[in-house]
Amino acid sequence: MYTVPLPRIGTDIAWRDAAKRLIGAGVSPDDVLWDFDNEMGELFATAAALPPLTRRIKAPQSFVQMADWVVWHKDPQRFARLYALLWRLRHQPGLMQDRADPDLAKLRHMEKGVHRCKHKMKAFVRFRDLRQGGARRSFAAWFEPTHHTVEPTAPFFARRFADMDWMIATPDVTAQFVDGNLSFHPGQPKPDLPEDAAEALWGTYFCNIFNPARLKVSAMTSEMPKKYWKNLPEAQHIQGLIAGAEAKVQQMRDNAPTLPPERAAKIKRQLRDDQE
Amino acid sequence: MARLDLSQKLAILSDAARYDASCASSGTTRRDSRDGKGLGSTEGSGICHAYAPDGRCISLLKILMTNFCIYDCAYCINRVSSNVQRARFSVDEVVQLTIEFYRRNYIEGLFLSSGIIQSPDKTMEDMLRIAKRLREVENFRGYIHLKTIPDAAPELIEEAGLYADRLSINVELPTDNSVKAYAPEKNPVTIRKAMGDVKSRKDMAGERSYTGKRGKRFVPAGQSTQMIVGADGSTDATILGQSTQLYGDYKLKRVYYSAFSPIPDATAKLPLIKPPLVREHRLYQADWLLRFYGFGVDEITAARPDGNLDLEVDPKLAWALQNRAQFPVDVNKASKEMLLRIPGFGTRTVGRILSTRRHRRLRYEDLLRMGASLKKAQAFITALDWSPGGLTDSINLRARFAPPPEQLSLF
Ligand code: SF4
Repeated sequence: MYTVPLPRIGTDIAWRDAAKRLIGAGVSPDDVLWDFDNEMGELFATAAALPPLTRRIKAPQSFVQMADWVVWHKDPQRFARLYALLWRLRHQPGLMQDRADPDLAKLRHMEKGVHRCKHKMKAFVRFRDLRQGGARRSFAAWFEPTHHTVEPTAPFFARRFADMDWMIATPDVTAQFVDGNLSFHPGQPKPDLPEDAAEALWGTYFCNIFNPARLKVSAMTSEMPKKYWKNLPEAQHIQGLIAGAEAKVQQMRDNAPTLPPERAAKIKRQLRDDQE
Repeated sequence: MARLDLSQKLAILSDAARYDASCASSGTTRRDSRDGKGLGSTEGSGICHAYAPDGRCISLLKILMTNFCIYDCAYCINRVSSNVQRARFSVDEVVQLTIEFYRRNYIEGLFLSSGIIQSPDKTMEDMLRIAKRLREVENFRGYIHLKTIPDAAPELIEEAGLYADRLSINVELPTDNSVKAYAPEKNPVTIRKAMGDVKSRKDMAGERSYTGKRGKRFVPAGQSTQMIVGADGSTDATILGQSTQLYGDYKLKRVYYSAFSPIPDATAKLPLIKPPLVREHRLYQADWLLRFYGFGVDEITAARPDGNLDLEVDPKLAWALQNRAQFPVDVNKASKEMLLRIPGFGTRTVGRILSTRRHRRLRYEDLLRMGASLKKAQAFITALDWSPGGLTDSINLRARFAPPPEQLSLF
């Protein structure tokens, strides 16, 4: 029996390394326990050392890519499920194309969950200006991801916000980007971030880009689920916008057509002359 | 008039911009700022940073430079004859708003349009100053969409294409006659000419010269347009015919359909109706079928004699209900073309069926497991252990999908 410790930071590399060694030594999935971030505690700490890496292990590219996503899922079974599929792939190399296989279907489903979580993190992180002065500006955000997606998503923020320093703090892992260097740290409680005046402007924009004549609340909540609202500054306006929508439209309808402003006639005359 | 502060201007000029349906930020070149000398990135697919309670994606800061306008388009809140409050952003204000919103991860970039002030050229020049500042002074590498003024000089439109990821020129209404009736200062011929110019300029940028160099980057995310639906009397057949032509002639990336929606201070010329949201939705579905599913306009609009789409069921289902003789389709044998015509199956499901078919003969369960939606499809397919029996031809099949009649509400 092997117990494989997997760290919270750098999970992907550790899992892949262990899986290669175990597959190479022909260790059956039944003989492996995966221990994420010491969750199993002392009881299993006396594990046998992993077998050495003796040969190059091959796996379909599509599996490797899928595993790179699935390792970040919150399901405690993710590592075992991946390893079990890798085990089956030894004798069924075409398995990855069989979308109806239940084991693969489950992993694909998990992959999709991580994909979505990563996408939502790119969308919903909201930075606040820390106004610290200095050559580079610095910003910080608090975010609560569904899966362990900070590490795989942070490089996106590094590519995008390279000319400023930033931190994304989460209960899971905190990412920091300082002077162009990205680093990861243990998760933390919500920090106190300074107020940022830009949030009020953003709220003004959110309220005014909304068209009250097209109210479609379910379309909004399916893409921006309520669980994200507490960390989105614009979300505080949603209830009011919904409540006031019908009255606003009614008001537009009730207003009788007005007379054009005086300048309109003059401008139109001018325009006609120009066009002739 | 009292001076407006930034927040008031933002309120007025985003309110005025919300009738443009597009907020897309996808499909441009890949860029980033890893060199530390600029701000922003674009990576293929766009990101919706928020959703408003109207269900629409908020990806870009979508604003007007100004809502002063010398034209008098009947459907538009900014027309010269409207009494709406007017405002104008300075170059600096737009640049700062874009950059500060971007830094806080609120947006993917800027979608700038404008009412026409003084002259089309003057308006376009001012918009260019904003785009140029963002690109050349702020080193902004995020997404820029500029709504082009069709009457502006071609050199200005050409310059816009160097800064923008996307240009759009709105055809506004589905027929030339409607444009004449409701947007009297606009000329459909000029609009088409401007779209043609953008297309040929983009074609040129894609070609290599004899030295093997590529031309300068020019609107990498292409051009799009928008048509207002429900303001004039055009049928869906007319609208879809027009889009097919636009896609073909100008290689448009997208045609947006915008349900005519009540505006403050409307004109008596266009009475306010409830925006035809379902119709708009059906048009998008039909548009999709035309571009990715191998359907023709006449096939889609043949279901009803009046040339409009069925509002109760989606256009693919409507077509299948009309052409039941072609069903049920055997998912284990059918061609890709025919699989694409099965109601409820998308391109992704069809791809999965084709790849999985090489490994096993598909059962009903298998289809479910690969994520296929069978609610509609089950009446139109056979699988190893599934046959719809008399369902395909039953008279009440349509009623199974059509929603019960809606309660009428006062509007
Ligand atoms: S040109 Fe017409 S559509 Fe454009 S802002 Fe002016 S009135 Fe509105």
